[in-house]
Amino acid sequence: MEKLITIDPVTRIEGHSKITIRLDDQGKVEVARLHITQFRGFEKFTEGRPFQEMPSLTARTCGICPISHLLASAKACDSILAVRIPESAAMLRRVINYAQIIQSHALSFFHLSSPDLLLGMDSDPASRHIFGVAAQFPELAKDGIWLRKFGQRIIERMSGKRIHPTWIVPGGVSSPLSAEVREQIVAELPQAIAIAHKTLEWFKPAIKKYQDEIDTFANFPSLFLALVLPDGTIEHYDGLMRVVDSQREIIVDKLEPSAYTDYIAEAVEPDSYLKSPFFKPFGYPEGMYRVGPLARLNVCDRMGTPLAERELDEFRALQPDGAVLSSFHFHYARLIEILYALERVSELLGAPEILNTRVRAMAEPNKLEGIGVSEAPRGTLIHHYKIDTNGLITWANLIIATGHNNLAMNQGITQAAKHFVDGMKITEGALNRVEAVIRCYDPCLSCSTHALGEMPLRIELTDPAGEILDACERA
Amino acid sequence: MPKIIKLKISGMEFTANEGSTILDLARANSIFIPTLCNFKGLSNVGACRLCMIEIRGVPRLLPACATLVAEGMDVTVDSPKVTKYRKMILELLFAERNHVCAVCVSNGHCELQSLAQQLGVNHTRYPYRYPIYKYDASHPKFNYDANRCILCTRCMRACEEVEGARTWNVMGRGINSMMVTDLNQPWGQSLSCTSCSKCVHVCPTGALSEKNCAVGEMMPRKNVIPYLTSMRYSGR
Repeated sequence: MEKLITIDPVTRIEGHSKITIRLDDQGKVEVARLHITQFRGFEKFTEGRPFQEMPSLTARTCGICPISHLLASAKACDSILAVRIPESAAMLRRVINYAQIIQSHALSFFHLSSPDLLLGMDSDPASRHIFGVAAQFPELAKDGIWLRKFGQRIIERMSGKRIHPTWIVPGGVSSPLSAEVREQIVAELPQAIAIAHKTLEWFKPAIKKYQDEIDTFANFPSLFLALVLPDGTIEHYDGLMRVVDSQREIIVDKLEPSAYTDYIAEAVEPDSYLKSPFFKPFGYPEGMYRVGPLARLNVCDRMGTPLAERELDEFRALQPDGAVLSSFHFHYARLIEILYALERVSELLGAPEILNTRVRAMAEPNKLEGIGVSEAPRGTLIHHYKIDTNGLITWANLIIATGHNNLAMNQGITQAAKHFVDGMKITEGALNRVEAVIRCYDPCLSCSTHALGEMPLRIELTDPAGEILDACERA
Repeated sequence: MPKIIKLKISGMEFTANEGSTILDLARANSIFIPTLCNFKGLSNVGACRLCMIEIRGVPRLLPACATLVAEGMDVTVDSPKVTKYRKMILELLFAERNHVCAVCVSNGHCELQSLAQQLGVNHTRYPYRYPIYKYDASHPKFNYDANRCILCTRCMRACEEVEGARTWNVMGRGINSMMVTDLNQPWGQSLSCTSCSKCVHVCPTGALSEKNCAVGEMMPRKNVIPYLTSMRYSGR
């Protein structure tokens, strides 16, 4: 009965996962589960290491978003040092965070998801990838590749390396920005903004074609969590936590990130290495919430930059009376955030104080515990450390964006499986749609479980007794 | 007036003062011989064995740092045989402890890392041991990470020969050897340590570092010991 279908190329998500779909006695989908099957144990093996090592150590969790880990970790270390870092250092950290968001969102949208959107969910998987897009839509593919490169080049120019730089350190950054680098980045900004704008103008009318996917790709009420400034403006580097419900009613606001444990707890399921964070006051699993670009746009009151503000107004029109609920719209939110990030980079680089040479605060550890929270491309990222009196890590907890979304991803694939998986047989189109639900969240499973390895996706169809009826694997 | 010795290195003729080592002569003439335990201003111990050379007529390899020049010697410093052994030594050093360059305070300023790059060692053929060693951060100014230690004993020699404190010692034997402070007490509890930092600045790896350094930020000042010792000799 069991049949293994190998689909090449490798699936377009970051991480190693398995999906099981359980059928009821009538052969209908009862529940789908996402299992993350490997772990790396960063929280454990960092114990005993000096806290100054943590930014670079934890950044090794991921090659896509090391900047996000560097930032959250450095902020946790700032908290241990009990220093207020120089304003110019905070500005530089913001710029590099936006660069990270630009490159990561571009990767997610153009490289990983655009093949589904442009070539179709049912198109031949052999050509359903960025090269297939490049063959049919060369302009868009080139734009996407250029935009990602632009984000990465900002990172490289500022920090010396595209991946895993050591420039972001406890207390600030290790060197100031030169006027030359600033000019190089500023010179390329107009082209980047033009690409972001053009892509949005193409994507917005094209959304109508995906109504079936919009209706069924994790389209359900949930809470949304993100950082905002005290006045409600969207925020990616610092700020306060806010939780809204599906009506965009504020559940908690102005929550100090250092008090996250009052509101967020992590459940552990026996079938996955990925923990399931939930909103404590609502309990588990009712406290399911979503983070990331969709959540940030649902949570904030405003963007605070002219072009993105206009886009937010249009985005809100999708669901005028509440939050935009379909996870399909993560893609749309991602494009708006790219535009926003570009505007903010332009704004920050235009400020003369960004060239200040005082970019680091030096101190001994003054506290035995530190929490750093920032918005990674995929959502709220929390690093929490405890140290001994010598500055060695005694305990660490990392809550990664993809982890926050775990409960929602599970509910999302159940919804999609119920709609697309028919009876006893998995079709290629069904597999791709279930996978595409996960792809909407742009999960980084290696980050969220701190897992190691390649990322084939395996889907198993089981009967109520747990017997495997059918299986598909992308390897 | 010292006696002048004539000898050959890699086929070229050189003269040297009697009593100097082959390594001294090679360095004076810009001939590369890799070392890790040798340090200008400190005594030679021949511990790392990276400077092994071939001498015609001698059946075994000899350490250039501890072999004195002799009349008529014919020395080879870069034969395939010595290169093979040097690479093997570096691989064994990497396999023996936890040298994680990417997150090391000395990344980019590490002599072990630099030699590996220079000799083309980009992997090891030996299984890593992954020993579990404690990180000693008890000293108020410095850190000691035994995971990065290669037992070159530069710290011990700097402490004894230049500072005169002898805080650092080797404990144990063979693969269980460890650099320890005083009688294997935490460094912060050492009564003999003067916190002079000489040991930190001669360390070839990230084993000894100044506190509050982030990754790649430990910049050892390697000229301190040579300066101090040369001043002492000139004052005699």
